[in-house]
Amino acid sequence: MPGMDRLNSVLRRVPAWPIYAIAAAYAAWRFWLAVTGQLGPDPVDRLTADSGTLALQMLIAGLTISVLRKTIGLNLLRYRRAIGLTAFFFAAAHFLVWLLLDLALRWDQILADLSKRPFVMIGMAALLLLLPLALTSNNMSLRRLGALRWRQLHWLTYPAVLLAALHHLIGVKVVTAAPVAYLAATVLLLVARPALMRRRS
Amino acid sequence: MTLGHWDVTPKDLFLNRRRFLAAAGAGAGLGLAGFSPARAAADLTPTPKDAVTSYNNFYEFGTDKEDPARNAGSLTLSPWSVEVGGLVERPGTYALADLLTGLTVEERIYRFRCVEAWAMVVPWNGVPLAAVLEKVGIAKGARYVAFETLYRPEEMPGQASPILDWPYREGLRLDEAQHPLTLLATGLYGESLPPQNGAPLRLVVPWKYGFKSIKSIVRITLTADQPPTTWNQMAPEEYGFYANVNPAVDHPRWSQASERVVGSGLFGGRQDTLPFNGYETEVAGLYAGMDLRQNY
Ligand code: HEM
Repeated sequence: MPGMDRLNSVLRRVPAWPIYAIAAAYAAWRFWLAVTGQLGPDPVDRLTADSGTLALQMLIAGLTISVLRKTIGLNLLRYRRAIGLTAFFFAAAHFLVWLLLDLALRWDQILADLSKRPFVMIGMAALLLLLPLALTSNNMSLRRLGALRWRQLHWLTYPAVLLAALHHLIGVKVVTAAPVAYLAATVLLLVARPALMRRRS
Repeated sequence: MTLGHWDVTPKDLFLNRRRFLAAAGAGAGLGLAGFSPARAAADLTPTPKDAVTSYNNFYEFGTDKEDPARNAGSLTLSPWSVEVGGLVERPGTYALADLLTGLTVEERIYRFRCVEAWAMVVPWNGVPLAAVLEKVGIAKGARYVAFETLYRPEEMPGQASPILDWPYREGLRLDEAQHPLTLLATGLYGESLPPQNGAPLRLVVPWKYGFKSIKSIVRITLTADQPPTTWNQMAPEEYGFYANVNPAVDHPRWSQASERVVGSGLFGGRQDTLPFNGYETEVAGLYAGMDLRQNY
């Protein structure tokens, strides 16, 4: 596809750093709105929902990258690290909002939630799976681990996104279209990837 | 359009009345031993009105907190009638004004605790449900009161999706319904109820989770048996029929031990949730001998 080749060569000149800058600016802006009372009467709830939703969307966006390359030849591989790290950034912010602003360091309740409530435990599991990925998303770790082990480690992405989508679905009070759509998209992408890999080999 | 006296009370008078209420001694007002709405209100600071009217759970208008304020404006509030039936002496379809004539609209400043672990304080205006029940006459054998919300998908866009089994239904045991704290609200902050808060007529049961306080009521039925209620039908292990606020009994997916105070800002933190939402002295007697873990 010559059109796609041209697009890919244009994209080679577009750097990934604006993804970090935009994410940081967006987070700072939302936090500022929340501090100054411009996010409505329950800013904690808004920040929790915003950060969780963005984290999940970025995680799913990360999954689409290899599928897009295999299907339509669009090469966004060079943005995958920035997208993954941004997803982790919002997931960590989501967790910190819960810990510091929602439960406000009420440790008895925090420990009870973490040990008893499946929806919180699943979210925590997703975040913990993402942690080693975030810590090794740099060139030095890639060199140290070697490409194969690094890639094996980063397969943790798939259970992490699945758990995150599940966390969203079982966390809601009534099942609306959004959490179902996110979970369906996640499952579809998880199934599509190995299928596409096999087709090529 | 019917005007209740709350519509015409000048703001300063209204505020004075609140101060008077707060100053009145225990037991005054209704002349009921051990009960005083005044005492219940004494230490409460109402949540700002714009928060009370912009942060709502009213799934008939959408599932986001902002949806009701955005979508409920088109609800036709007049004419409004309430079908009163079942085990009552004077059943019939009552125009809202007829249901309320002769009854005095009172102001009650109540805590409001949502099952989602957030809380507000709302200055309601309304009539005791007991007075309305007395008016229609409780027939022998009545043990429960069932309520139903309007079903009008043309004006209630949320009813287009089957997230709940419409119309929304709620119910109380008769003694809960007759309790002096139980209010049929017609207004808040001294003004008519905004549609997103359940205009023109809603229930307020301050010691129960908010979902019991059914909005935009069109049907009141007295029954012998416990009526089916919407959230309980949908997830019986999560939402009980009683749904009394109880910090010791968690929702399966989150703790009920504490609550976020709506309107307290990003760093407002949490406050401890009180048994029966702070109305324990007034209502605990209704449940004497009951296991509140079983009957959550
Ligand atoms: C990869 C990690 C995670 C992702 C992608 C994620 C995503 C989400 C999403 C999409 C929502 C729904 C937002 C909405 O209401 O629209 C949500 C809600 C929530 N999450 Fe997470 N989450 C993650 C981890 C966690 C962790 C570690 C915790 C706490 C330990 C947590 C606690 C919550 C809470 C309390 C809610 C709000 C539920 C409610 O009351 O509606 N999440 N999350």
